[in-house]
Amino acid sequence: MKKLLAATAATALIAGSAGAEEIKLGVILGFTGPLESLAPHMAGGAELAMSEVSESGKLLDGSTVTPVRGDSTCIDAGAATAAAERLITAEGVKGIMGADCSGVTGAILSNVALPNGVVMISPSATSPALSTAEDNGLFFRTSPSDARQGVIMTDILMEQGIDEVAVTYTNNDYGKGLADSFAAAFEEAGGTVTINAAHEDGKADYSAEVGALAAAGGERLVVAGYVDQGGSGIVRAALDAGAFDTFHFPDGMISSKLEDNFGTEIDGSTGQHPGTDSAGAAKFQEMAGEAFDPGSPFSAEAYDAAALIMLAMQAAGSAEPGDYKSHVMDVANEPGEKILPGELGKALDILAEGGEIDYVGATAVELIGPGESAGNYREIVIEGGKVTTVTYR
Amino acid sequence: MDLLNALVALSNFVLVPAIAYGAQLALGALGVTLIYGILRFSNFAHGDTMAFGTMATILVTWWFQSMGIGFGPLPTALLALPFGILACVLLLIGTDRAVYRFYRAQKAKPVILVIVSIGVMFIMNGLVRFIIGPGDQRFADGERFIVTARDFQAMTGLDEGLALKTTQGITVVTAVIVVAALFWFLNRTRTGKSMRAYSDNEDLALLSGIDPERVVLITWLIVGALATVAGVLYGLDKSFKPFTYFQLLLPVFASAIVGGLGNPLGAIAGGFIIAFSEVTITYAWKKVLGYSLPESLEPSGLVQLLSTDYKFAVSFVILLIVLLFRPTGLFRGKSV
Repeated sequence: MKKLLAATAATALIAGSAGAEEIKLGVILGFTGPLESLAPHMAGGAELAMSEVSESGKLLDGSTVTPVRGDSTCIDAGAATAAAERLITAEGVKGIMGADCSGVTGAILSNVALPNGVVMISPSATSPALSTAEDNGLFFRTSPSDARQGVIMTDILMEQGIDEVAVTYTNNDYGKGLADSFAAAFEEAGGTVTINAAHEDGKADYSAEVGALAAAGGERLVVAGYVDQGGSGIVRAALDAGAFDTFHFPDGMISSKLEDNFGTEIDGSTGQHPGTDSAGAAKFQEMAGEAFDPGSPFSAEAYDAAALIMLAMQAAGSAEPGDYKSHVMDVANEPGEKILPGELGKALDILAEGGEIDYVGATAVELIGPGESAGNYREIVIEGGKVTTVTYR
Repeated sequence: MDLLNALVALSNFVLVPAIAYGAQLALGALGVTLIYGILRFSNFAHGDTMAFGTMATILVTWWFQSMGIGFGPLPTALLALPFGILACVLLLIGTDRAVYRFYRAQKAKPVILVIVSIGVMFIMNGLVRFIIGPGDQRFADGERFIVTARDFQAMTGLDEGLALKTTQGITVVTAVIVVAALFWFLNRTRTGKSMRAYSDNEDLALLSGIDPERVVLITWLIVGALATVAGVLYGLDKSFKPFTYFQLLLPVFASAIVGGLGNPLGAIAGGFIIAFSEVTITYAWKKVLGYSLPESLEPSGLVQLLSTDYKFAVSFVILLIVLLFRPTGLFRGKSV
């Protein structure tokens, strides 16, 4: 009897691994916390890619992919680690699409993903520190490092002939990383940063900060903060005191809230955030339909992150992270046939036949260096109280 | 001419904002200090009481705005203020009846009441978020500036501008009126005197026939009014967000303690001390010195004593020093 049972179990195992199976992928985002308004649209993007692959029935002999959500909270590293631990040990996910904020992403990577050997692709963690984090080749991101954004910001300002700015940043991994990489790039290009001062989010009064910024002076104030948080407080106080008339806004500040809060008061201000006008972006907008808002920041990056995990699995012929981690860069970059959103089925076919693909996706993904997006940015200017596109770079 | 520029720059970035912020803190600290003096506990729910009163005012303001009622160049919120105060007072009296009276009857120790007030804080916190949501709300309308920086420059021909917001003006004027009325009430009226008597010596006050429940009721009335006025002025000047009001608790308490808990005059002084210390010690003096010193002495650095990161540390260092050398605060408050 014992032998029979063992034999049955063994056959069942073999059968399971050879044929179609249900592959679970973790979607770890800040469903509660400071990014809670963005998380549903990011999850929507990732899950769209998963259902597209499942419906095609072409992944690893007809395997299906099921998303399992986890809450990163964006700020609480303990809660995020616990959520990731649960997804890996209890749910048995084969890869993680996430996390969103830089701080919790680093925590999950070092505490959970690394020891368990699970691949993570973050759609939105942009801290430069993650480029050098120890990852055993398990960590990728479809968003560019802020070191890149610093260079883009420098280019935009320099082209307008602005070579003296004051910088204020929100006091966290994102703000500090962005402000430092910008200051380094700007000074290297010959500009002067008169002051590089932090501000705390959610505080009662920003007149002290604005006083210091105004005293230092500069042609423009760079606000590397959050529009829902202290960033708006600083801009409001600076406008009221007549300290600065125009600002430069990185990605955390650009949203419709900026238009609501300040309107024409900040006309002439500039900014940039990750974005592309590639054919993939339009295709993605079209596919999303009414399910979620595809224009929401990092929604397209999330689609690409999930797609890359599944394409790498196909290329490796295995859903095990240890096998497919080395294929992520291959499917994302040249050579090979260009793949846009909605063509995942075609990509799976090509890979199954042993061909090569170059995943372009919704954000024109090109992974460089330690596995991060090279970065495409949308340069904007505030005109008549509206955020308007200048160009894509 | 250059000295004038220095003075204007200093006023614009230090004096005017600090005076307005100080007045808001002083009104908040007055509420804390009254509860401490008369009901004998530190009310941690004060920040959220301010948030509740402001929320009620905002709701009424929106209703007025939707009906087209305005207040000319002044913010509509001032018209709605009495309704906000009413709602806030009702909430406070309700809380007192439901919670604090029970512990008062038991003659509970102050530390127990403090912990009870933390519980009340969480409930009010949730209540405000439940009704109006956790996000930013802006409700200021009317004329935004008395003088804008641009107009000032054009008028005087100076290089530096001086912006004076309507809300800053209203804040200071309202604070002066409210404080004057409060002091007149405490020192000149029979009820005010009975409150002070109750605060000085509870047993003696009871013996001379003062009704304790009435004193408590009037205290909550005044506290509700002060909290709502402070909250609305702050919200008009900056913006309303429940979390920020919760965080206001720290500077408000610091002000009350520096001045001397239980001493109304101390609360006002404390409010201004905290506001000025936050703004001045971290101020970069480069511009002001650049105008006032001869060219050869002009500073090339920022001349900033401390980075703005430390502005909260500054107020707490002041708090520590005061507590070390004058444990009852600058104006001789009480200690339990």
